[in-house]
This record gives sequence, structure tokens and C-alpha cells, in this order.
Amino acid sequence: MSMVDTATVQRTETPTTRIGDSAARPDGIPKVTGDFVFSSDLWHDQMLWGGTLRSPHASARIRQINIGPALALPGVHAVLTHEDIPGSPDFGLDRPDQPVLARDIVRYEGEPVVVIAADHPDTVRRALAAVEVDYEPTKPLLDPTLAEDAPPIHPDGNVIRRIHLRHGDQEAASRSDLVSVEGTYEVGMQDQAFMGPESGLAIPDGEGGVDLAVATQWLHTDRDQVAACLGLPAERVRLTLAGVGGAFGAREDISLHIHLCLLALHTGRPVKMCYSRDESFYGHVHRHPARMWYRHYATSTGDLVRVEARLLFDGGAYASSSHHVIANATCFAAGPYRVPSADIEGVVVRTDNPPCGAMRGFGAVQSCFAHEAQMDRLAAALKMDPVALRRQNALASGDVIITGQRITGTLPVVEVLDACAAHPSAAGGPNEPMSRPGGAGRTADVEHIVRGEAVALGFKNLMFSEGFDDSSEARCVMHSGLVTVTTACAEVGQGFVTLVRQIVGEVLRTEEVVLEPASTNSIGSAGSTSASRQTWMSGGAVQLACEAVRRDLLARVADQYGVLVDDLALLDGRVVGLPNGEEPTLASLTVEPIEATIVHQHAPTLPLDDCGQGDAHVSFAVSAHRAIVDVDPDLGLVKVVELTTAQDVGRILNPLQALGQLEGGAAQGVGLAVMEEVKVVDGLIRNPSFTDYLIPTALDMPPLEVAALIEQPEPGAPFGAKGIGEAPTISSTPAVAGAIRAATGLDLPRVPVRPDDIALASREGRVSPEEAR
Amino acid sequence: MTADVLSLTINGQRREVVDALPGESLLFVLRERLDLAGSKNACEEGECGSCTVRVDDELVCSCLVLAAAADGCSVTTVEGLADASEGSRLADVQQAFLDAGAVQCGFCTPGLLMAVDALLEDEDDPDDLMVREAVSGNLCRCTGYGRILEAINLAAASRRAAGEQGVTP
Amino acid sequence: MTIATSIDDACAAMKAKPDALVLAGGTDLMVEVNRGIRPINDVVAVGRIPEMRGWSREGARGEVLRIGAGTTCADLTEPTIASLVPALAQAARTVGSPQIRNSATLGGNLATASPAGDTLPVLAALEAEIELRSVEGIRRLPLDEFVVGVKDNALVPGELIVAVRVPVLDGPQEFLKVGTRNAMVIAVASLALVVDRFGKTVRVALGSVAPIPVRAIEAEVLVAERLDFDGEVPPDSDLVDQFAGLVADAARPIDDHRGTAAYRRHAVMVIAGRALRRAFPGSSKVVE
Repeated sequence: MSMVDTATVQRTETPTTRIGDSAARPDGIPKVTGDFVFSSDLWHDQMLWGGTLRSPHASARIRQINIGPALALPGVHAVLTHEDIPGSPDFGLDRPDQPVLARDIVRYEGEPVVVIAADHPDTVRRALAAVEVDYEPTKPLLDPTLAEDAPPIHPDGNVIRRIHLRHGDQEAASRSDLVSVEGTYEVGMQDQAFMGPESGLAIPDGEGGVDLAVATQWLHTDRDQVAACLGLPAERVRLTLAGVGGAFGAREDISLHIHLCLLALHTGRPVKMCYSRDESFYGHVHRHPARMWYRHYATSTGDLVRVEARLLFDGGAYASSSHHVIANATCFAAGPYRVPSADIEGVVVRTDNPPCGAMRGFGAVQSCFAHEAQMDRLAAALKMDPVALRRQNALASGDVIITGQRITGTLPVVEVLDACAAHPSAAGGPNEPMSRPGGAGRTADVEHIVRGEAVALGFKNLMFSEGFDDSSEARCVMHSGLVTVTTACAEVGQGFVTLVRQIVGEVLRTEEVVLEPASTNSIGSAGSTSASRQTWMSGGAVQLACEAVRRDLLARVADQYGVLVDDLALLDGRVVGLPNGEEPTLASLTVEPIEATIVHQHAPTLPLDDCGQGDAHVSFAVSAHRAIVDVDPDLGLVKVVELTTAQDVGRILNPLQALGQLEGGAAQGVGLAVMEEVKVVDGLIRNPSFTDYLIPTALDMPPLEVAALIEQPEPGAPFGAKGIGEAPTISSTPAVAGAIRAATGLDLPRVPVRPDDIALASREGRVSPEEAR
Repeated sequence: MTADVLSLTINGQRREVVDALPGESLLFVLRERLDLAGSKNACEEGECGSCTVRVDDELVCSCLVLAAAADGCSVTTVEGLADASEGSRLADVQQAFLDAGAVQCGFCTPGLLMAVDALLEDEDDPDDLMVREAVSGNLCRCTGYGRILEAINLAAASRRAAGEQGVTP
Repeated sequence: MTIATSIDDACAAMKAKPDALVLAGGTDLMVEVNRGIRPINDVVAVGRIPEMRGWSREGARGEVLRIGAGTTCADLTEPTIASLVPALAQAARTVGSPQIRNSATLGGNLATASPAGDTLPVLAALEAEIELRSVEGIRRLPLDEFVVGVKDNALVPGELIVAVRVPVLDGPQEFLKVGTRNAMVIAVASLALVVDRFGKTVRVALGSVAPIPVRAIEAEVLVAERLDFDGEVPPDSDLVDQFAGLVADAARPIDDHRGTAAYRRHAVMVIAGRALRRAFPGSSKVVE
């Protein structure tokens, strides 16, 4: 063999794990055999069980806590109150405004007051019942519209954030020839309803520090909050990711983390805690309920001129990530449309309702429901086709959004809209009773059903914004041919673990990969698994680390053999391209390991100014959904018959996993449209269970038709890929709601659409099944 | 008869439990006393299906089975699925879930596998609505069910193919 | 803990331990046990009593169906029994999930006596008789004397529900249940309608709209006089509307987190009309 033989280099590789493949999940086998260890499966010798006593009141003063009777029970090892917190008494994702354990006041139903460790869950239950808390109930602040003027319920005040965005000519609507439509919309409180309840295991290290294994989205920020409350330096608190049974935003905040560590340090024993389902509803934040007033102005030919909106989000008792949720709601309030003039006021307030924070779609879900209803309303006022109106006003790369930021990346709005709208429907008729509205209840016959259809667009940023420019760190080590990747990125089910293998396969051409457990001990922060950011941030970090290793490896070979790096390539676990025809294996070349650690950052963003203007976002994504629904107007029951989607994905890295995100995200959007709501009455959650908080079953979810995945590689993104997790949840809800409006002729300004909203609506304007046919 | 020692046949093996408290569910005993954590605890009121097992062949929510009342019963859990299939390490339903991309967080997976296995035992070529009804008691929050339904079709096809070749599924 | 294998066993154990909980399918009881709101010290498990599971025909012409209290909801959906009491099968199919239906029993549904108990309106419409046993002997109660309030029944300590007797009627039966999900949902309102062609009567009962299952007697009387029980002529719209209105009048719904009283009253009116039209489609099967 002589010179570099290009045929050799280009010969077919063994089928393997590359970018673009539907690679198999590395955690798939343990997940189907039952061997995968979720946080609730953790177990330790000599382990105690933890439990939490929560406030039964939305608002009350605590006069006295008597732990004596609980402590006296056999088997009880610790009963802790706020007095037992050695460090900061408060925690919080953005700012520490929430007591670890309530002191003198409780501000929402379910606020933790006492934590207990005992030898058996039943002992915990009895001990919790034995604690005597003397509450003096006070009048709760429940109406978000009154919050601003009400006496503050918290030292930080009742307005968590107000943004008053003004863009373009503020007199633009003064022209007399404009068409305007106005509406007030409402979104109910949605729950993430992940399947694996909050759980974790804390183990004291015997030297005053603690190890915590927990299901979370963001290990390092958890670690920092836990350490601050324990009064320990960060390095003495080590967090490791335990198996996560879904997240969807609900694991971005602290839940049982600090409590577990307090109990473990206090008892000197490992302590496990696992929330029951009802406790889970009290133990994490929800999607913000929202009230939104909108007015759209357009020319008579359908060009949008100005959007005005007032968004009021109920943040509940503590800030969580409300500060950023309202920014998203405000920045994306007008949707993926060219809007030259805007006046959007977004306010998020504090009340004694359950705290709200991150959930998939993060603020964009609420405003999308409103702006898409407005677009349909505007189309009706203009007597235009709703798809045509959207197309006419669609944003494109190079346009400026209402924050004044120019879109420099890709944004195929027209492409997703047209693909989705033009896709042929495969929906059959409501032939089987089980597939009609009402399902197993056999309530509807064919003649009772009307069908409706609508299209909606969704628009959101990718990654964190407003100068919150977090990074992700990754390490890649190649040693004797084995690639070990370390990152603290939380795998919550989305398939980052698969992607790591694909990136290693793509860059280093080997299947010999180990992904270290995500932990705060071994690497720096990966940031949060949220905001559709981990593929870009941690995927990017892994890519850069692998590329650095590749560079060093090839340089080593070039040096060793006296050849040029450019002549060399990696193939099937070997280096090829040596003039002597030798193909040294990666194993032989890395007896001495090669290591690279990279901190990956995205392009910097800027804060919003006083007018809500600024280059606050890194990147944007758009999606379209078309919904076809069958409605039984007399009973107000709905069956979503078919969903069709097209999405702006940048580049597809794993088609099968991408499909899973699209289908799963759409299911949460369908749920919000027709059934999901945490019902809060007088500040109390009335349905904290899977019996009464309904999420779609297999008989409720329609098939999802994927019309197109628009692949326009995003500059600056690893492999050109955009995050895809959130968009499916954003545009699906307004599409379903729009289709119900189309079927019934009703306004339906609120989701979830309740049976009453349809069946008891004034018959005026309502389409009857007879008329519809 | 009265049971002080709880005796169960689990995945073909006889197991005894001596220290269970009176109110413990079969799910709790499996997970916390017998080290079989594959069955999951997500609602403990029969509304999610994560804890689905077979008790004397019936598909049930193990969270709603009082352990003591199951004395003498035969229980199959997700850990026992693979053993039921010959030739490969994974059962056909397990392999199909992997191939179809039906697993994301995986918390609902064990319960779904049990339900699907039971369905395919009764019905080798179920139609779409039959499949949807059969898994309507198993909530999944990640997938929207699309890949799960695809997996069920795959598993049904592979079981039919195995049946035609005379292989015991 | 007693695992009874016969009714006598069970009754003896219940006599010996009057405070023991009776456990059948467990799908209601275990929810409370798991939540820690139902202390559990002693239990008599009745889920493995063969004589309590299954059904038989009684009477000279087999006109009575005796269903063992241990019969599961899944059993009730089997074709043989579904053909005898279709509404009961339809109701049983709406109970919880497949897993729940494999465990939950007819007797358990009665014992729980929830306003939303899915089989109860059917049993009310069929004027079921509940057979109770204790060491003292047998007691038989009509359904309306058995279910006495919200989750309250007429069982006395030591007494076990062993069977339910319902008539095998000649005529259509309908069960409709309104819920906001297509499966695995608690009824917001439900209705059972049974027709006795021989006796020329229609009986209607409602679920989830009152503390106990309620009959819509006035509605029954109205249609009994005006319907064509030979099935040639369907009821006209006026009759259907009057019937539906009277059915709705029988409801005594409340507002709760599952639905409003106004919606419930409206919903039973809608499903009453639909049930009647389904039961009396007329010979041409064309409505209107």
C-alpha cells in the first residue's frame, strides 16, 4: 500500500451511531427491563423515610408548632422546623424568597412547615398527623387583578415583574382606515404531571457534608441553593442525578432537596423521600394562569399595523422563574408576525395561590393561545382566509420582532405554515362510538357531532435570554480507545444520552462511549434542561470537547508518523490515511489518554431596556399545528381527531427522538386545550390527583401527522440543530381551541375549554349539528 | 386461612415476606421488600397504570392489591417479562418498545409493557381502537402515545410472525 | 387477615372480627389505605370466594339474573351477560381502566355507594335486589333501600353483599356517561334507561347528580303512556323533549370540581333524550 487511497477513506463505514440516525437510547434496555433506577427506586442500608407537613391554608399566621407528640412516637428520628435550618432560611431559583420551612406565615396551601424522618412510611404518616401546628387563618390574596393594590403579602412586594414593551410608532393605530379586533383571553393553571413523583435520597458523608441523589433539571443551581440553606460551602454538598421520570419544567425548582439534606445531616442516616401524587401537585410549581387582553390593528388588506396587549400572570406565592416567564410571554406576545408597532404590558403578580414557574413553552404558551385566537378573529373581520392572513404577515429571517431584535438566524414561518396547511388529512369519520366525543361513555351518535378545523402558529426563543448567558461544560477523555464523556446535563427523558453517543460517533468515529453520571462533583454546570437549550448548549459542549480530542489525537499521529494532520482521518475506530497503509486503532493511540474540557457559551444576549427593546434572545423557532376536532355541542364534549404539524428544527439529529418530542409535546398542548387544569378554589387545589387532574389517555390523543420538518441549519448551533422540545406544546393548544371555535361558532376565549363553555353557551351564534351539515 | 407469613410466587420464584405491615400494597412489597422496583409508584390510586402487574394472570394495578390478600398468588412483573420469551434476552414487547422509540423517561414503560403483553396474549391482531382501549389505563406524559402505539403494532406483527413459525411467543 | 374461600368462612370471620374491613377488588378501599386515611388492622378478603363470582338464571323462565357480588366489571362486559343486561355491561366498561375492571367488583361498587358509582344507576333502573348474608342469615334489600346516602349503605356489621338480582327484560337498554375524558374518568353525570316491552314500561335512573342514584319516575310515567312499545313509531320530538325535561327535573346536582350543577342538569337532559331515541328508533331507524 502506498499513498493515501481515497477509496479506502471513503469506503462504507459499519452501520453505527451518527448525527441524523435514529440511534437507540443507551438507557433503553434498562428502561424496558425495569432495571433502570429512578429517583424513587433509590435505596440504602439503614435508610430512613422522610415526609413533609404542609399548610392546609392558603394564608395563615403560625402561632405555634408543637413537635413533641411526633417526636415521641417510636420509630421517629427527626422532626425539624425552620429553627433547624443552619444556613439561609430561604431559597429560590431567581431570588431566595421562599422559606425552606415556613416561619411565622404560610402563603399557599401546601407550603412545607415541618419535615420528619422515620423508619417506615407509615410511621412518617402517623408522625405528620401528630405534629400540632396552631394556625391563625388570614384572608388570602387570591385575585391577581387586585394584587398590585393589595397590601404586600411578602416583603418583596406583590408585583414580581412588570415589562412595558413599546415598539415602533406608538401613533400607528390613529389612522382611521384600520380594522381592529379585540379580545380577552384566559389560560387555566396547567400541571406538568410528570409520571415519576419528586423523590431523592440524601446520605450524610460523616464529615458534615452530604450527598444527594435527586431527580432534577439543573444540578448545579440546586447544589448552590441547598448549600446556602445548609450553611455549607458548595463543595461539601454533592448532587448526582437520579433517574428522572419526566420533568417538563417542574423540576427546575427545589422541592425536597433541602429537606432531605437537613434530615440526613440531622439524623446521621440516609434519608429517602418520595412525594405521593397529591403531594406532587403541592410540591412543584405550575404553569401560570393568565388573563390577557389584546387588540390587533390591520389594514383592510390584512397587513398587521399594531398589537396592543395587557398580560396578567398569576405567579402564586413565590417568585420561582416568574421573572423570565413574563418576559417570554411579553416578547412573543405578537407571535411570528411582522408587527411594526406594539404596546405590550406584561405583569406577573404574587398571590396566595399555588406558586407558578417553568413549564414547557414557558410563557409563550399563554400568549400564543391569545395571539392565535386574535389572528383568527382578525381574519374573520377582514373576511380573509386565516392561513392567508398568517402567511401575509409571517416573519422571516432578516425581519425585526417587537423587541427590536433583528432575526439573523433561520425562521421558516411561511414554510411551516404552508406545509402544515396543505398536508392532506387522513382523518376518518366518527364511525366508532369509542372514537367520538365522550368515548367509552357512549354519549354521542354521529348526528350529534360537528367537525371543525384550524391552524395555529407558535413562536418562541431557544435558550435563556436577557443576558442570562449560562454555559455548559463538558469533558471528553479518550483512553485506550474508550471515550468517556462527562457533563452535568440532566437527562429527563428527552434523549440527551442518545445524542452524546451520536456526537461522539460523528466526531470521533467510534462506538466505544461511556457517559459518566451527571453530578456536581465531576464537572461544572451544564445549565438547565429547559428552554429547548441542552442540544445546543451541552450538545455543543460535547461536540467541541470531542473535536478538541480529535485534533489532539490527529496531531499526535501526525507527529508520530511525520505526516500532515490534513492527510489523516478517523474511520471505524482507527486512524486512516497514513502513507504506509497502517491503520492504528484508537485504542493503541490513546494508551496515554487525551482529554479536553470545554465550556460552551452561546452568543451573548442583552437585557431588555425600559421599553422592552433589546437583542435579548439567542435564537428563535416556529411551529405550526392544524387540528381537526369533533365536537358534541349539546354536551360540550370534544374529541381531537387529528393533529398535523410542521416544525422549524434547524437540522434533525435523531428522527425517532424528534418524532417523540413532537408527539409528546402536542399531547400536552391537547391536554391544555380540552381537559387539563389545576382547579383552585379559595386558594385550595381541588383536584390534586390523577383521578381529577385529567391528562390525555391513548383514547384521547389523535394521531399526529408530521407534514414537514423544515431543515434550515441555524448558524451558530451545533450541527445547525434547533431545540425542538417546546414548540410542539405551544401551537397545538391554539390549533385545537381554534378548531373547536370553528366547529361550534363560539368565541371560547379560555382554555381548557370546559363542557359548560360549549354546552351552556348562549345558543346565539352556536352552530347546531343540523346546520353544520 | 390466615396469613402471617406472606408467600408469593413472583416471576416463577417462590418468595416469602415476613415483616410486612398490615396495610402494605403489593406494589410496596414488591418495591421495598423484594427488591423488584420495576413496577412504578406514580399515583397509588389506580389512575396511571405505572404499577401494572399480573396477579394469577389478571392484569391489575399492584398499588390496589393488598399484599396480604395476595398470599399464595402468582405474580408476574416487568422483571419477569423477558424470561417468558425464548431465544432472546428481551421479550418481543420490550424489543418493540425500543425499536419504535416508545421509551422516553421510561417511568410508564414497565406498566405499559405488562398491559401490552396481556393484550397481545388475548388478541394477536388488535385494531387501533382495541389497542387504545387496552392501554387507556396507562398514562404516559412524554410520548403522546404515538410511538407506543407503533410499538404495539410492531410487537403484534412479530408475535404473529413467531406464531406462524411455530415459535411460542 | 382472613382470606375467605367461602361465604360461610367470610361471615364467620366477620362475626368474629366486627371491626375488620371487607376487601373485595380493593380498587376503592386500597386508595384510602394508601393515603393513610383508612386505618387497616384486620381484613376479611372476599376476593377468592368462587361462589361469589359469576351469574345464574333463576325463576321458571330464567327471568331473574343472579349475579355474584364478586363478579368483576371485566366479567360483566362478557358477551353472554352483556346480552342479558346490556346496560350493566355498558356501565361496567366505563369503570376506570382495564386494570381496574379486572379487579373491581359489582359488590364493591355497591359497598362504596359513591354517587358516581357507574353500575348503580343501572341497578336502580333495573330495580335490583341486593342479597346480604351474615351468620344470622340472609337479608334482601331493594337497591333504593340499600344505598342510603353519599358513600353510605344499609349494611350492618357482620353483613356481606353476596349477590345482586336483576330482571332479564325484553327490550333495549342504554347507559350513557358524561365525562371530560374518553376513558378512565369519573362520571360527571350518567343515565341508565331500560325498557320492559312486556310490561310496557321504561325505567330511568341517574348517577352523579344526587347523593344516591335517582329514578326519574315522572318521566317514566309520561313515556309509558305514549310510547309505541312495538317499536314501529319513534317518539316525536315533543315527547322526547318532555321526557328529557322531566328526567332533568329529577336530578339534584351540586357544583364540584368535576362539573357544575347547571351543566349536570343540562347533561342529563341531553343524554335522556338520546337514550330514549336510541331505545325507540322506530322501524325505519330514522330519527325525525
